[in-house]
Amino acid sequence: MKDRLFIIAAGAVTGLLAVLLVLQGNPANMGFCIACFLRDITGGLGLHRAGAVQYLRPEIMGLVLGAFITALIGKEFKAGGGSSPVLRFILGILMMAGALTFLGCPLRMILRLAGGDWNALAALPGYIAGIWVGTIFLKKGYTLGRSQSQPPLNGYAVPFLTLFLLVLLLTAPAFIFFSTEGPGSMAAPVAFSLGAGLLVGILAQRSRLCTMGAIRDLILFKDFHLFWGIAAIFVVALAGNLITGKFVPGFTDQPVAHTDGLWNFLGMAVVGLAAVLAGGCPLRQLILSGEGNSDALFTVLGLITGAAFMHNFGLAASPAGVTPAGRWSVIIALILLIIIGAGNLAAKTLYSRKEAKTAAPANN
Amino acid sequence: MSETVDCRGLACPEPVLLAREALQRAGAGTVTVLVSSGVARDNVSRAARQMGWSVAVENTAEGYVLTLSK
Repeated sequence: MKDRLFIIAAGAVTGLLAVLLVLQGNPANMGFCIACFLRDITGGLGLHRAGAVQYLRPEIMGLVLGAFITALIGKEFKAGGGSSPVLRFILGILMMAGALTFLGCPLRMILRLAGGDWNALAALPGYIAGIWVGTIFLKKGYTLGRSQSQPPLNGYAVPFLTLFLLVLLLTAPAFIFFSTEGPGSMAAPVAFSLGAGLLVGILAQRSRLCTMGAIRDLILFKDFHLFWGIAAIFVVALAGNLITGKFVPGFTDQPVAHTDGLWNFLGMAVVGLAAVLAGGCPLRQLILSGEGNSDALFTVLGLITGAAFMHNFGLAASPAGVTPAGRWSVIIALILLIIIGAGNLAAKTLYSRKEAKTAAPANN
Repeated sequence: MSETVDCRGLACPEPVLLAREALQRAGAGTVTVLVSSGVARDNVSRAARQMGWSVAVENTAEGYVLTLSK
């Protein structure tokens, strides 16, 4: 019961901060969007040159640092990895392909729904469908293998990289790109964004909040625990938007959104399936990275690489819609995800689950 | 003989899936589950309690030893 109240509180605070971040200057329905913010950071570093979406979003630094600090205090910080990093990197790239087709990560999908953007109504069943397919692979024994303990510096490197990004943001050297127009130019003050990120990072680390896990556990175990968290995000963000007049229901002219329902569905299906195969939604991957999990860091690096690919290759969707090449990227991503899932089941030799049934010698 | 399931190094939901399989196989008695993260400890404990098993957690240098009994 205490656990349930805590995850509801974590979700509620996340939903509230998302509304406040928009009031403070973030793009509408984008108080938090892990995919969008990582994409903006990718652009800020010059790894893509889409001028409208370049900014070193402090929310991301806050999330990672918050997770790091609270994991350290809670004695849960542990440098580990080695569970299929290359596949996780690829899953990150594919996850971003889906997210930049829908224009948002699952967290933003919830926030878009809470803002009255009915285009997210097409994306939600897609996300659930993608997760459902993923659970079939899980039930058949899909696994990325065991992780192992690593030298602690592997874990500490992540907060240091994050601090480096923060220094780049605060010193704003000429080689860092900051959008002067478009979503990348719309941002809450740095201190507010960083603080909001820190708070959500702390709460998400403690509560294990995950938008994919919420639906996956419902399908697999009929376990509502994580679901209460995302339900709280939605309810509080909806209430906040209604109170502040930010609830604008409809399909057309929604902020940073397009009306192509099919591709909203398929884009989010890609995100859902990729998130199951990688073991967490973009938010959860960031939090795990902060806890010292270098496997999750590889997924985050994949997300960043995916953002660069999507924008550099002209694949990312925009409010004008999904480009023909972008549609292909979603189809290819779906095919690759099925190959990764099915191929994993077919080739369970080295990491056979059978080893788990009897106590295996410690590998860490 | 009590069964031991080694879920160390596995990411969720795999420890829960494996533990549930083992609990269903055993039906009653004692099942030991080894996990290496706090997340897996919490998730396996919650799943076991939901299935009516009692949970005892021991924190060792190698990770957590969960003794599930019914």
